[in-house]
Amino acid sequence: MRHKAQILDKEGIRRALTRIAHEIIERNKGTDGLALIGIRRRGVPLAERLAAKIREIEGSTVPVGTLDITLYRDDLTTLAQQPLVHRTEVPFAVSDKKIVLVDDVIYTGRTIRAALDAIMDLGRPRVIQLAVLVDRGHRELPIRADYVGKNVPTSRREVVAVRLQETDGEERVLILEND
Amino acid sequence: MMNWKRKDLLGLKDLSAEEIKLILDTAVPMKEILGRRIKKVPTLRGRTVVTLFYEPSTRTRTSFELAAKYLSADSVNISTSASSVVKGESLKDTARTLAAMGADVVILRHPMAGAPVLLARTIRAAVINAGDGTHEHPTQALLDMFTVREKKGELAGLTVAIIGDILHSRVARSNIWGFTKMGARVRVCGPATMMPPEIEVTGAQVCLSIEEALTGADVVMMLRIQLERQQQGLFPSIREYARLFGLNRERLSLARPDALVMHPGPMNRGVEISPEVADGVNSVINEQVTNGVAVRMALLYLLSGGGMPDA
Repeated sequence: MRHKAQILDKEGIRRALTRIAHEIIERNKGTDGLALIGIRRRGVPLAERLAAKIREIEGSTVPVGTLDITLYRDDLTTLAQQPLVHRTEVPFAVSDKKIVLVDDVIYTGRTIRAALDAIMDLGRPRVIQLAVLVDRGHRELPIRADYVGKNVPTSRREVVAVRLQETDGEERVLILEND
Repeated sequence: MMNWKRKDLLGLKDLSAEEIKLILDTAVPMKEILGRRIKKVPTLRGRTVVTLFYEPSTRTRTSFELAAKYLSADSVNISTSASSVVKGESLKDTARTLAAMGADVVILRHPMAGAPVLLARTIRAAVINAGDGTHEHPTQALLDMFTVREKKGELAGLTVAIIGDILHSRVARSNIWGFTKMGARVRVCGPATMMPPEIEVTGAQVCLSIEEALTGADVVMMLRIQLERQQQGLFPSIREYARLFGLNRERLSLARPDALVMHPGPMNRGVEISPEVADGVNSVINEQVTNGVAVRMALLYLLSGGGMPDA
């Protein structure tokens, strides 16, 4: 896979998350009833960072959960082998909460569709919003993000690689292209 | 991490430690689903799971059916009386009918050892052995290992004492294979008439007295004594069996203070296990039942891979 371009560096990621944290607080008029849920894997560290920034800004702690959407995928019958299932850990009741779902990249929208179903099975939130670091277009479902770090027009042959300290040991977002 | 590659689950003897670990790891998120108010995920929508039982069973069959339902599969139960069909030919015919009906997973309990192998060779659907004769009962052993791992953190290095009718116990056999592969030491103990010859080749250590088997044990697994075995002359009386091989509070004190007491059920209270021990603080017998559903969900998930048969 060929390295084509770097679209965010360490500082770029930090600034994007800081802005999203402010937007979340502004849109929800504070942190009352707010909770973040990160989608495995890279949505999880992003959700934790957003929670830390919200704490810095507002001085209040918002609960953070982790969602594994494997059991809700719509392509299980077409895959050669079953993907590994990891734990879903949402240590708070989602009913009547304002949930902000967090993921690294939004592409076809299918992961978010699965995540919405997974959250609905845990309860009935008052509202679900979506925060992503990168929106790369090419939606296959009527789904959009409420908070976007960076919009990046891509071709379907390209791959957007988000690399985070917690999961990859480095901090940047790249566009790769299949040879 | 490895992926699951087998079509069927026929026994633990042939599984690797990595495969066992994958099943146990997959059962952890499944157990989380069991703790929810709405116990349902859409994962196996459109799949058909058939339970085909040639022996009576409530616990195992219900556990599989719940596992299938929680994963949104459709489940159908076929019970056949033990007397009517025991020949391989009939089993094959039944299997072909099931295949024609579009079963994706067939769960088989059969009085003859090896019946699941025959079925697995006959049909394309995945086959899970839910107990075949005195051979293996892999899902019971997997739920036992899951329960122990959850309580003790790890299986390697533990001492497991299995007590009772080892000769006729498929639960004992599967547990010996499973726990040994995962690095635990297994001791077996029971009346000499109920001890299979050359059981040592499985890696289990034979203890002559229950006291020897229990001393320092981390896990105590009591097997159900089938009362009809008395008529076969394998033990003189129930009272004597209870006196020599029954688990009571006094005997349990020989095991480690945090030892787990397990029983695959259904229990003969007052025979192989005293009520005070069965309901005591060391007992995890009820958790075994819950964990059974989680482990069977994990297996249904893993064995449903590879796409639809006609996709």
